Amino acid sequence: MNIPMEKIIEKKPYFKYLRLDKMPTIWCPGCGIGQAFRATCMALHDLGIDNDQVAMVSGIGCSSRTPGYFDGFTLHTTHGRALAFATGLKLAKPELTTIVFSGDGDSLAIGGNHFIHAARRNIDITLVLINNWIYGMTGGQVSPTTPKGSYATTTPYGNYEPNFDIAKMAIAAGATYVARGTAYHATELSKLIADGIKHKGFSLIEVLSPCTIIYGRKNRMSIEEMYFWFKGNTLSVKAWEKLPEEKRAGKIPRGLLHHDTSRPEYTEVYWNQVKALSGGQK
Amino acid sequence: MRPELIKEVTYVPYSGNMAAAEAMRQINPDVVAAYPITPQTELMQFFADFVANGLVDSEYIPVESEHSAMSACVGAAAAGSRAMTATAGPGLAYMWEVLGIASGMRLPIVMTVVNRALSAPINIHGDQSDMMGARDQGWIMLFSENAEEQYDNLIQAIRIAEDERTRLPVMVGMDGFVISHAIERVRLLPDRAVEEFVGELKPMYPLLDVDNPVTHGAVAMTDSYMEFKRQQREAMTNAYKVIKEVGEAFEEAFGRKYEHIETYKTEDADYILVITGSAAGTAKYVVDKLREEKSIKAGLIKIRTFRPFPYNDVMDAIEASNCKAIGIFDRAETFGGASGPLFEEVATTQYLRRKYYPMTGFIYGLGGRDTNVNHIEEAIDKLMRLAAGEEIPLVNYLNLKE
Repeated sequence: MNIPMEKIIEKKPYFKYLRLDKMPTIWCPGCGIGQAFRATCMALHDLGIDNDQVAMVSGIGCSSRTPGYFDGFTLHTTHGRALAFATGLKLAKPELTTIVFSGDGDSLAIGGNHFIHAARRNIDITLVLINNWIYGMTGGQVSPTTPKGSYATTTPYGNYEPNFDIAKMAIAAGATYVARGTAYHATELSKLIADGIKHKGFSLIEVLSPCTIIYGRKNRMSIEEMYFWFKGNTLSVKAWEKLPEEKRAGKIPRGLLHHDTSRPEYTEVYWNQVKALSGGQK
Repeated sequence: MRPELIKEVTYVPYSGNMAAAEAMRQINPDVVAAYPITPQTELMQFFADFVANGLVDSEYIPVESEHSAMSACVGAAAAGSRAMTATAGPGLAYMWEVLGIASGMRLPIVMTVVNRALSAPINIHGDQSDMMGARDQGWIMLFSENAEEQYDNLIQAIRIAEDERTRLPVMVGMDGFVISHAIERVRLLPDRAVEEFVGELKPMYPLLDVDNPVTHGAVAMTDSYMEFKRQQREAMTNAYKVIKEVGEAFEEAFGRKYEHIETYKTEDADYILVITGSAAGTAKYVVDKLREEKSIKAGLIKIRTFRPFPYNDVMDAIEASNCKAIGIFDRAETFGGASGPLFEEVATTQYLRRKYYPMTGFIYGLGGRDTNVNHIEEAIDKLMRLAAGEEIPLVNYLNLKE
């Protein structure tokens, strides 16, 4: 079956962002990272951003394999440091749309420091943070977002540590665009990512994504159950706001959670200062 | 009282990671802090199971990075407890800052390093660049050839680290995947025997001794810093003796011999190979094969102790042979150096005895590249040409696609 690429791109325009010779991906059956990647490519297509206008940066973990499949400028770096590498990249080349693909272990545990500082600086980077509640690539260790009571290889009798609320932490640290989507709500996710890319400043899109093979197996959830869990336990921000306080327990709001256009963007502030100090020479 | 699982010497099919975890269970450290990284992950998972199932008394901390893992171990050891951890490649690199703190504070921490290549490019497979990169951080360094040696070395490492003459941290390396994940026969020792062998930790200047308050790791400026470092060198010199003694005690207790180096058919050898880690097994096979098929007399020196480097042992073995040429096998690079890091050590041994033997270096197995019988035969062929007077470069790559 040899369908010419032009034909495929006609039907699936986001295919132009893929390195098809690197397929199939390493992701497990049912994994949500593919959905998030697809949503990102759709967003880029909708915004009319070309392959060579995008830099995609990642650290280590399942989600961090994404740049390998993306046909643009890509940088695969060390565990937890993707945002630090991306900060350097963005400062040097502010004109590039800079997207970081990361996970909960990468961005919140080993790289937690860079996460809060990128948000504090409000640098124009879009962070697509795949939250699958576990270290998937190394086989299922407890992560900073593993829900209390959930099973991981390092918590065989259930997780006893409290977990992070990623969105709240980002807002508190100064992120100016914070949204949450899920791998189940694919179209909505693409819109959230597109808006995040459009937003000038630090954008976080938390993607609730099922780790079907590792987390699902450890917690006795099938692929379908995990996707339906997202359907049944998340609701739009509007619906969430209408919900009385006592009914909110166990429910997760989805959509745009925070949008602040009042704060200046980091690279702009930086280059403005350079200009001012050099008398417009640079 | 934790349950006794192994009551007599037992032979089991174990991977290196399983063997290391089993040794940790028997050692029963007070604190273990670790962060997952391929190919070490499995080891810590086995240990987490032991903790969860009440088979050890250890406090287990699943920390948020390797830097935190070593920091937690430093805190635990300074408080006066027995602390252990394990890591691999980039994890060890990320620990680097705290490695020097552990050795500078003279804390007897014991760590398995599942040797893995460093980035970039990203690679998860075995090579020894990680430990070679950390070689000047003041840790005692042992390398294992197989899973059983990793098990034995870890048990000995506790005594080596905690001896009052050394009080230095020890890292024990095993090649990623080749040892850590391959299953082979391992002889396990009885729980009680290991417990007895490692003994109780005698804390020195513990932070928790509230009647005698002390400070660890404080500022030492131009007036005193150098003296601390001078003492570390002395501890390392002592370690040479201690490692030997512990090896002898281990042989007496369990019948397995451990010295700084292992020699294999070097007595009458014309060509000497120097190797650390798992490739020594393949090299022993090649030594036998060449002797049988072609009457080529090769011999092998396997380096078990890399820090402190056993200069005398290596030179004794070389001088006792018919050595015409030495081939040093490095599974790591030291870019810009004459050849690999092990090469430089062996070159120094000759200087110390005012001797000169023709030498060349072979860089092999970087990023997990296969090194099989043919490649070692090819290296020995080069050594023979070197001995015959042919010019051979100092750096030779094995199984390189070029």
